[in-house]
Amino acid sequence: MKTCFAALLCAVAATVASADIIVQSTTSTANSGLYDHLLPQFEAEAGYKVNVVAVGTGQAIRNATNCDADVLLVHAKASEEAFVAEGRGVSRADLMYNDFVIVGPAADPAGIAGSEDTEAALRAIAEAGALFASRGDDSGTHKKELQLWSAAGTDPSAASGAWYRETGSGMGATLNAAIGMGAYALTDRATWLSFGNKGDYKVVVEGDPDLFNQYGVILVNPEQCPSVKVDEAQGFIDWLLSDAGQSAIAAHQIGGKQLFFPNAN
Amino acid sequence: MGFGEAWGLALALVLEADRDLLEIVGLSLRVSLAATAIACLIGLPLGALLAATRFPGRGALLILVNALMGLPPVVVGLVVYLSLSRAGPLGFLGLLYTPAAMIIAQTVLITPITAALSRQVLETLHDEYDPQFRSFGLTRRQTIGALLIDGRFALATVALAGFGRAIAEVGAVMIVGGNIDHLTRVMTTAIALETSKGDLALALALGIVLLALALTVNAAVYGLRAGAMRAAHA
Amino acid sequence: MHDTGMPPRILSVAPPPSPFLPMRARGLALAPRGQRLLGPIDLTLRAGAITVIMGHNGAGKSLLLQALHGLLRPDAGEIRWGDLPPAEARRGQAMVFQSPILLRRTVAANIDFALRAVGRRDVKARRAALLAQAGLTARATQAARRLSGGEQQRLALVRALATDPRVLFLDEPTASLDPAATAAIEALVRTAHDSGIKIIFVTHDIGQARRLADEVVFLQEGQITEHTGVDEFFQSPKSDAARAYLHGRLPGS
Repeated sequence: MKTCFAALLCAVAATVASADIIVQSTTSTANSGLYDHLLPQFEAEAGYKVNVVAVGTGQAIRNATNCDADVLLVHAKASEEAFVAEGRGVSRADLMYNDFVIVGPAADPAGIAGSEDTEAALRAIAEAGALFASRGDDSGTHKKELQLWSAAGTDPSAASGAWYRETGSGMGATLNAAIGMGAYALTDRATWLSFGNKGDYKVVVEGDPDLFNQYGVILVNPEQCPSVKVDEAQGFIDWLLSDAGQSAIAAHQIGGKQLFFPNAN
Repeated sequence: MGFGEAWGLALALVLEADRDLLEIVGLSLRVSLAATAIACLIGLPLGALLAATRFPGRGALLILVNALMGLPPVVVGLVVYLSLSRAGPLGFLGLLYTPAAMIIAQTVLITPITAALSRQVLETLHDEYDPQFRSFGLTRRQTIGALLIDGRFALATVALAGFGRAIAEVGAVMIVGGNIDHLTRVMTTAIALETSKGDLALALALGIVLLALALTVNAAVYGLRAGAMRAAHA
Repeated sequence: MHDTGMPPRILSVAPPPSPFLPMRARGLALAPRGQRLLGPIDLTLRAGAITVIMGHNGAGKSLLLQALHGLLRPDAGEIRWGDLPPAEARRGQAMVFQSPILLRRTVAANIDFALRAVGRRDVKARRAALLAQAGLTARATQAARRLSGGEQQRLALVRALATDPRVLFLDEPTASLDPAATAAIEALVRTAHDSGIKIIFVTHDIGQARRLADEVVFLQEGQITEHTGVDEFFQSPKSDAARAYLHGRLPGS
């Protein structure tokens, strides 16, 4: 009996082919359907599978630090550069960008709809004490949001639990919570466009250069992590940065709208 | 978004025998059944041992095992993640983000359930059998074997309780499996994913399918059990 | 305390030699948490006699039986079976309880369980013989716990015999059986006795004691007040308690 189950375990484990690679990435890219669009094209060419684990940027970087990844594809440039500087990653390349938007209820209690000035909008939210739902999970989006508050000269953490609500969860869960309680939220545009539970919510702030959202891709350093499949992982990165990969990123649309804008050098 | 939409969607998913759905359902069953089987192999003899023996510290051990029934799946997932991570002690096995890792996590999660519940049902049986078994001068191994055999119908319910917990949990498999499409995505992580995409109708539809799955497994075990009980006239 | 070690009433043939007997209990006492329930008891039981233990409810009959069988650990005193070391003596004993403790299995499987517990290899042949002895051959594949009360106790008895005991304890095995079922059990006990098994039998049934017993051990409040041949016990009981018991009165009344 026992050997039978040990064999079962091994049989199940064996479904991971040796050449397949693991990409630690963000919920924003995965939830927008980008990988469903890209991976079949790449896998058909490459002949091996790319397995995407979608978590917050902070956790993705920590998982990669534990060598549980071959490739890191996230959006928090400062953290990414630190990751490479520590020798955890080989090098970082710009891959694509999209932008963040602030979404809010039709009632617009802070009166910021149509604004292109993020700092002013955030100050208005704080002054009105209007509800704001934050990721609060050390993700790329969360880090971006904290930068924006800081630039606006406001420290929302004092109001945590009052009008500033930190959900500590992913983008989708945070949007569900924001819509449930009538709070504003910062989200990447790709997640928002593909999000299915919008209620009466609309984009209220967009177009500010400060809302630019850069994605980078990093090969995990095989010297730190001998388990890294260098050839396969580099193959995937090269393809993403190639003309073919870049145009595949540009071709990903939802409702006729392009979600990510390739900008590899 | 209403429940009606979700029911319609669930029905459509099942009737179309959607390939992705079948894959996810298949993996859910494979992982949770394997975890249940292993948890029973470990937990039932352990439960029988606890039911049949008296030793100093037994009370404290029973409290511990009972308390472990309430292990949060996320904590189990985290501990298994840290063990199976490349940076962890078992990283060399390369099991993280595989169905095997999910089986391990669910096994850890439900072994206390199978052990604690089987201890409970077998202790009643042991109290009844004990004078006769001591009269026979049975060894501990013989006693445990007899308890497991004679308690088999109650233990089927114990196994179902473990299976129910395994198939329904999301926290552990999410962390150690990674919810990777076509590799480690199961019903519960798919539901979590659709919820985070805001596709609540699809999430609820998947939940309905999961419920139907649990019902089917329970009905199958109930049927097998009733048939076996008739055959054994027990 | 009486330990007359009376010879049995009838000894037409010499008892077969048994390494288990005589059984000698000296200073035997049960006193859980300091509360004395039994003893001190001095008792010698010889081969070849059916010993019946009697006494009012709560006198300690079952406790004595379980202590002799080793199911209860005495708080004082010792028991010696012949010259055997305790572990070896333990292997030659079996017990039948007031309400049979049957496994949730078929009749045949209950017997097989006992045969395997003592490591018998000829399971099939022995099972067939024991089923026939109990008159349960036709019931072999039925669930043991669905049998009638009398059938269940017959099964429990032959299952005890399956372990090849040299000493057989019976604790009121017919207490809840009708006269016919009781007679069947008594016949099985008689046969076991005839095959040289030492029978130690607890009963409340005075008629049964007259039919089966060679000697009677009478207990009152955890002490042996009489240990005597069966005729003497019934004709001239020495203690007030025994007299009260035989006349259907409570002790001391």
